[in-house]
Amino acid sequence: MAPVLVLVESAEGSPADVSLQALTLARSFAGGEPLEVLQIDPDPGAAENLGDYGVVSAHIADHEGIGSFGPDAWAATVIQLADGISAGAVFAAATDRGNDIMARVGARLGLPVAVNCIAISAGSPITLTRQRWGGSLLEEALLHSPRPLVTVALHTVVIERVAGSKQVEVLHSRADVNERDLRVRPAEHVAAPSGGVSLAEAKVVVSGGRGVGSKEGFAIIEELAGLLGAAVGCSRVVTSAGWRPHTDQVGQTGTKIAPDLYIACGISGATQHMAGCKGAKRILAINSDAEAPIMLNADYAVVGDLKEILPAISAEIRKAR
Amino acid sequence: MRVLVAVKRVPFTGGKMVLAPDAMSLETKHLGFTISPHEECGVEEAVRIIEAHGGESVVLTLGPPEAVEQLRDAMALGIDRAIHLQTDGGEWDAEGTAGAIVEAIQADEAASGPFDLILFGNESADSGGFQVGLRVAHALGRPVVTGLKGVKVESASVRCEQETSDGRDVYVLPLPAVLTVKEGLNLPRYPSVPGRLRAGRKPVATSTPARPKVRLETTRLVVPAGRGRRAELLGSGPSAAPAVVEMLRSIGVV
Repeated sequence: MAPVLVLVESAEGSPADVSLQALTLARSFAGGEPLEVLQIDPDPGAAENLGDYGVVSAHIADHEGIGSFGPDAWAATVIQLADGISAGAVFAAATDRGNDIMARVGARLGLPVAVNCIAISAGSPITLTRQRWGGSLLEEALLHSPRPLVTVALHTVVIERVAGSKQVEVLHSRADVNERDLRVRPAEHVAAPSGGVSLAEAKVVVSGGRGVGSKEGFAIIEELAGLLGAAVGCSRVVTSAGWRPHTDQVGQTGTKIAPDLYIACGISGATQHMAGCKGAKRILAINSDAEAPIMLNADYAVVGDLKEILPAISAEIRKAR
Repeated sequence: MRVLVAVKRVPFTGGKMVLAPDAMSLETKHLGFTISPHEECGVEEAVRIIEAHGGESVVLTLGPPEAVEQLRDAMALGIDRAIHLQTDGGEWDAEGTAGAIVEAIQADEAASGPFDLILFGNESADSGGFQVGLRVAHALGRPVVTGLKGVKVESASVRCEQETSDGRDVYVLPLPAVLTVKEGLNLPRYPSVPGRLRAGRKPVATSTPARPKVRLETTRLVVPAGRGRRAELLGSGPSAAPAVVEMLRSIGVV
C-alpha cells in the first residue's frame, strides 16, 4: 500500500484534538505504511510534535492568498499533494471544514467520500462503520474505491500516541492554485458578539424544551444557569416556536455540545436532540414524564413539574453558599 | 430569477431508532415523514427570494413515489412547481444522487433557462453525507459555499454568511451559484389552508432515473448502545432539590 495523507487542522498553535483522532484512525488503517500530513493552517509549530502520533512528514502549503484560503483552493492543494506522494488514502476530521474540503476532493477526483466514519479496515473492498442521523444510528458499509477518501466522526476515536516517536520532517511547498480555485474565498470575517457563556464550550449547560411552556418560562432556566455559570440551551421545539434564538439550539441541526454536565428540563429526548448532547459527561433530566425517552439516556433524573423544581434547586444552591 | 431547492424525504424518528427486520432500514410503519430542518430553511429561503425578486421557484427530490408528499408540502409554502426523480425506495449513494440531480437540472435549464441559485440542506438528516450539493456544483461548474446561516441576493451576486467557531465568514459569489444551508438561516413559515389547496394543483414533473452502481454500499444498520441503564432517580418534585445540589457538589459543579 501507499502512504496515507491526513489533513490536520490546528488550534492556537497545536494540532486540534479532532485531527489527532483522525490521525489515530488513519494510522490503524495504514497498517505500517507511512503517515503524512497536510497542515490546513500554516503554523509550523503545530507540526513539530506530530511524530508522537506516527507522522513521518508534515507538508505546509504556501501561497500568498493563504490568509483567506478558500475551500476550492484547499481541495486543489490536497489533490496535488496526494498525487505528489502517491497517497493511497486521504483522511480528515469530520469538521465542517474537513467535510467540505473532502467532498470537493471527491467531486474533482470522481471518487466516493465516506463521511463521519468511526471505524475502517483496509481491504478490497474497504469495510467501514459510519454515523447516520448525527450518530443516533450506525451504518456498516463497503467502500469500493481505488483511493479511499474518509472523514472521521468527531470525538469517537481515542487518541493514541506511538512508542518511540521520530522527528517530523516539515516540508514547505508552493500551492499551485489557479484563479478559478480562488473564486470561492471569504471576503470578510464577522466576529461573534462577545459576552455570555459559549454554548459549544460551556462546562455546564442548562437546557429547556417543550415543557418550559413559553418564552417567559425560560426565566427559571436562566436563573439556574446564572448560579452555575452555565450556558442556556434549548430543544428544536423551542426555536421553532420562537421562544429562543437558533443559536441556543442543542441537537443534530443545532449546536453539538460536550459539557461536564447537561441539565435537560422538560425535554423528552428525541433522537434529533440527543445527537447534540450525547457528548455530555453527565446528563440530569428534569421531566414530568418518568417514561420519557431521555430517562434512558440520562444519568440522573428528577420527576415532576420543572416550574417548581428549578426554583427549589436555585434556592438550595443559594442556601449552600 | 429562478431558484431550485432540493429536499429528501426522511422518517420522523421521534425518541427511538427501531430497525426493520433486515436491518437495512428503519422500521417506518408507525412513523410520519418529513425533510431535514436544514432543507425546511432552504425551502423558506427559496420562497422569500422569489417573493422579493420575482421569478420562479422549483423543488426537487429523489425518492420513492410517496415523496410527492414532501414536494406538496414545499409547494404549500409557496414553491411554484416540483421535479420528482422517482426511485423504488432503495438507497442511493451521494454520487448517484448528485448525478441524477445534475441531469434533471440540465434538462430543466435547457427548457426554462438557468437557475440563478440552487439550494441544498447542509447534509441530509439520515445519511448525512455532506456532499450532494458540492458534487452537483462541481458537475455544473458553479461556485458553492456550505453551511450557510445568512443568504442575501444582491443583483448579480449573493452574499453568504458561513458560521465558524468564532463568528461568521462572509463570501460573495457571482450568480449562478450553489448554496448549502443550515437551520437557523430563517424561521420557516407554517403552511396556510389556501396554500395547501393551491399546492394540490401545482405541477409535478416525474421521471425515473436509473440507479448507477453504488460505491458506498450499506451492508447493515446498527442501533448504537445508549448509556445502557435508566437514570438514577434523585427524587420527585421540589423536595428533590437537596439531593440534586448534593449531586452537583459531588461532581464539583457547586
